[in-house]
Amino acid sequence: MSLDAKTVTRIARLARIGLQPEEVETLGKDMGSIIDWVEQLKEVDVTGVDPMIGTGLAKPRLREDRVTDGNCRDKVLSNAPEREGPFYTVPKVVE
Amino acid sequence: MSSIHDLTLASARDALKARKISAVELTNAHIDAIERLDGQLNSFITRTPDQAREAAKVSDEALAKGEGGSLCGIPLGIKDLFCTNGVRTTAASKILGNFVPPYESTVTANLLKDGAVFLGKLNLDEFAMGSANLTSAFGPVENPWKRKGSDVKLVPGGSSGGSAAAVAAGLVLGATGTDTGGSIRQPAAFTGIAGIKPTYGRCSRFGTIAFASSLDQAGPMARNLQDCAILLESMAGFDPRDSTSVDTPVPHYEAALKRGVKGLRVGIPKEYHVEGMPAEIEALWQQGMDWLRDAGAEIVEVSLPHTKYGLPTYYIAALAEASSNLARYDGVRFGERVSAPTLDGLYEASRAAGFGDEVKRRILIGTHVLSSGYYDAYYLRAQKVRTLIQQDFLKAFEKVDVLLTPTAPSGAFAQDEKPSDPVQMYLNDVFTVPASMAGVPALSVPAGLDARGVPLGLQLIGKFFDEETLIAAGHAIEQAAAFHYRPTIHAGVSA
Repeated sequence: MSLDAKTVTRIARLARIGLQPEEVETLGKDMGSIIDWVEQLKEVDVTGVDPMIGTGLAKPRLREDRVTDGNCRDKVLSNAPEREGPFYTVPKVVE
Repeated sequence: MSSIHDLTLASARDALKARKISAVELTNAHIDAIERLDGQLNSFITRTPDQAREAAKVSDEALAKGEGGSLCGIPLGIKDLFCTNGVRTTAASKILGNFVPPYESTVTANLLKDGAVFLGKLNLDEFAMGSANLTSAFGPVENPWKRKGSDVKLVPGGSSGGSAAAVAAGLVLGATGTDTGGSIRQPAAFTGIAGIKPTYGRCSRFGTIAFASSLDQAGPMARNLQDCAILLESMAGFDPRDSTSVDTPVPHYEAALKRGVKGLRVGIPKEYHVEGMPAEIEALWQQGMDWLRDAGAEIVEVSLPHTKYGLPTYYIAALAEASSNLARYDGVRFGERVSAPTLDGLYEASRAAGFGDEVKRRILIGTHVLSSGYYDAYYLRAQKVRTLIQQDFLKAFEKVDVLLTPTAPSGAFAQDEKPSDPVQMYLNDVFTVPASMAGVPALSVPAGLDARGVPLGLQLIGKFFDEETLIAAGHAIEQAAAFHYRPTIHAGVSA
């Protein structure tokens, strides 16, 4: 079943992806068919089964709390599409 | 007369060490092949011939002194998902079209440390999302193979389609790939080459652009398993900068080639006999069983009861992780920006312009299954089914040492045969996804040609960190299959 325009628009807003009106319809149809297909997982009995978060192969590690990397501000900023000195710039968010 | 383009990675390595060829000569031959053929194949997004020649010179100096690492002077291609210091890295996306990483991924740093020469960055599906290399913002990759008597353009598989095409056509001696649900194995099968997806945690993910972090794993792609073994030994290893990297010694994989399969128990998962599988794929699978039995292995039927849930579980887990990982492309810190009067407007416009259709679709589905009211029904349930899928494998490996299956349900299809229904497209990965979900290692080896003359692969799936047994069994198939075919478009074919 197609996802309706309102649902697609709400999800797109959550994902911060601007959509054209014609995209809403196509995406609703595609997403609906994928969602219908994954519905088959409802038939699996998962009572008492723990969720698998990762493969669990790596053990959590601790290390000394000290700076091991850094002092590379210009490198970090080197791909900024717009900047002013050592700052990223964005449209005004506080009046 | 055998040409420089007939060399495998292993034989090139030996010829370099013996000073029968120079690294500069070898590198120039490959740069020349790329110039001749890649206008058509489009396997490279960025070529780095000047840096490659420079690196080859350094390699020759080391070799002259009897020094140099295991890959000294070997020309490779790097999937454009690995960050390379000072060399543009795009993930085949418009949103990273001008991104120049100021650091090196651990996998590529390991290869460089061993002396490899990088010829450039290889094309892929955008953010590694696809099975046909049709979603790249830099255009589709063409498979160097052709159907008998036909000039129709075939897909190389995906997402590591540029890596697969470049290796198969002889433009590079080996390449890096990444595999989230089959992105090394399926393109390897489609192009008649070998590829290994190691155990999750075997190769560091540091500096590899993330798609689905709990699944992404780097691995080698090359013309045979010996070459893959040499590459994997260099790529693998513990990395404190990746919290999922596993601290366990890296074996000398090349030595495993000679082990043989005598007494090896090979499991055949009965659920992989899927409905509608072409008869020639079934026949190839049976052939694979016969080859391994003739080489001394025992064939055992096993059951992986949750196989049919692998793909839907994958598409929930992977897309949820993707929606989260790709949130970083916001037009502020790096990547393309489309200006707008508000901050949210800037995000929405930048992401609308920067992402392609498949990536948008996947982010939106991932966002949906993580959103309030749907999380438990979709995401949490998928994580539980994933546990069951992993348990299937662990139980099977109590009885057998490796599993044998086809790699893909078909050979390479044509660029214009792409199914319009996304679910149909996802079915390409039906045999490769379950091993990714479980985190176990798997590989694909070329095993034969289909009736139309395009390659088909067989997949072997192994126990955690037992890539060596996979390589041993895979090599037994290589020897029996004697796959010596070459694609129509190949560097060794003079125009």
